[in-house]
Amino acid sequence: MNERLSSQRFLALPFGIWATLFIVLPLFFVLWNGLKDVENGGFTLVHLQTVLQWEYLKALGLSVELALISTFICLVLAYPLCLILRERKESRGLLVFVLFLLPLWMNSLLTTMAWQTILEKHGLINMFLQSVGLPEVHIINTPLAIIIGMVYNFLPYMVLPLYVAINRIDSSIIEAARDLGANPYQTFRRVLLPLSMPGIVSGSTMVFIPALTTFVISALLGGNKVLLVGNIIEQEFTAAYDWQLGSALSMVLMVFIILNILLEAFTDNGEQAKKGVRP
Amino acid sequence: MQKIKTTYLAFIVAFLYAPIVVLIAQSFNASRYRGQWTGFTWEWYEKLIESEDIINAFSNTLTIGVTSAILATLLALVTALGMRQMGRQSRMLLRGLANVPLLNADIVTGISLMLLFLGLGLKLGYDTILLAHIVISLPYAMLCILPQVLTMENVWYEAARDLGATPFQAFRKVILPELMPGIVAAFLLSFAMSADDFIVTYFTKGAGIETLTTEIYSELKLGVHPEMYALSTLFFCGVLVFAALLMLNYKVISRYRAAERRGQEA
Repeated sequence: MNERLSSQRFLALPFGIWATLFIVLPLFFVLWNGLKDVENGGFTLVHLQTVLQWEYLKALGLSVELALISTFICLVLAYPLCLILRERKESRGLLVFVLFLLPLWMNSLLTTMAWQTILEKHGLINMFLQSVGLPEVHIINTPLAIIIGMVYNFLPYMVLPLYVAINRIDSSIIEAARDLGANPYQTFRRVLLPLSMPGIVSGSTMVFIPALTTFVISALLGGNKVLLVGNIIEQEFTAAYDWQLGSALSMVLMVFIILNILLEAFTDNGEQAKKGVRP
Repeated sequence: MQKIKTTYLAFIVAFLYAPIVVLIAQSFNASRYRGQWTGFTWEWYEKLIESEDIINAFSNTLTIGVTSAILATLLALVTALGMRQMGRQSRMLLRGLANVPLLNADIVTGISLMLLFLGLGLKLGYDTILLAHIVISLPYAMLCILPQVLTMENVWYEAARDLGATPFQAFRKVILPELMPGIVAAFLLSFAMSADDFIVTYFTKGAGIETLTTEIYSELKLGVHPEMYALSTLFFCGVLVFAALLMLNYKVISRYRAAERRGQEA
């Protein structure tokens, strides 16, 4: 061991204090507010029981449903995209990749609002449909509009990890599968899909959580007609001032987040275990 | 088949750029209201400089972004150096802790910090936004710096010390230059996270102060000022130029490297 550097460890001390104060303690404040008995002091499960009311369960169910649909659409859109990007990595790959990262630099509130202009009743899509003599479509203020907004905002989160995973697959493995008589579907099902699984899982968790918890997209494209769990939490803290209920709902979200982290940790470990068996 | 692939790429690009094209068009629209085109104008670009709300929000975003990025990068660097001498387990623990704000939902991070600040009796404002932004950008700064610090060799530092450098000199002249790429990346990414954040800022800002993102949100109900479209169009053009330069630079470097390789083979 190196004598000169052994005291270096204390350099991590400021972070320890920082993490306790600003990472761990805030989460305890949420738990405390969610469990606090305002009238009698002490703790209570009343706020968590309130969450079980139909109104809140409905919002939670809808949030989970829309988040799952958006995650799935992101995956279906991103997978072929990453396969194409992988093929083109030699030639114009960089250009294409930069092209996909640039929209990230536009403020997401403004781009989501621009979707309003595109989707609304007298918006660009309906103007186009009218000019070619087709009937109007009603998209704005429906769950579909929210899904479009979620897919638009979170697609890059799917593309990046998936691209890394797919790009890492050795071409010779795919060629070998083909040479051994697998058709394109079999090659996909038995070679590409299992090998890209870590990317699929990590991309899906990265899309699912922000989609589940958003309140901006649903406020802008759902027109307050579609309430998601994020909208309710936001209202409890900024308009209704029921911090206890807001904290209790946040605790429910934290359960989803922990499940997500566990899911990702398990697939990671599975990968490493497999590598250990067959180096 | 090639045609299908190109069509698919075009479809995705169209999807990604449709709202951006709409925003840029709106910055030149003579009408204050979106959705109706009444002619071309430069008016909003001229008014941008006089628009006090936007300038104030912009300067807040800029100063908070730079300050929080500097502090997050510094904290990440110091922590990473400390983690070099640690065992596997305590390293894993610290890494896990640092990743919490990254894995957590923004809305939970936002309200938990708000509850903390109010619980500690702090007044929500500029300083609480600054603290919150360090919290959310720290994991990204760590992600950039930690791998470099952990794989760094001790020998150079040792050599410098043996040749009579003080620990500070050895750090400044040997370690710091080696870590520079990671430090720069950490700073840029932290700044981007801070400047782009809305949700955490929204919950920790309190009344009377706006950053660009919260200013946009507060304008949304009554209609966004077209000056805001002008500002974001200008910003997007800036990013476009930067990306083009970066790619040009990359091409020049790779051509230079290819030439060098050929030279070596000959």
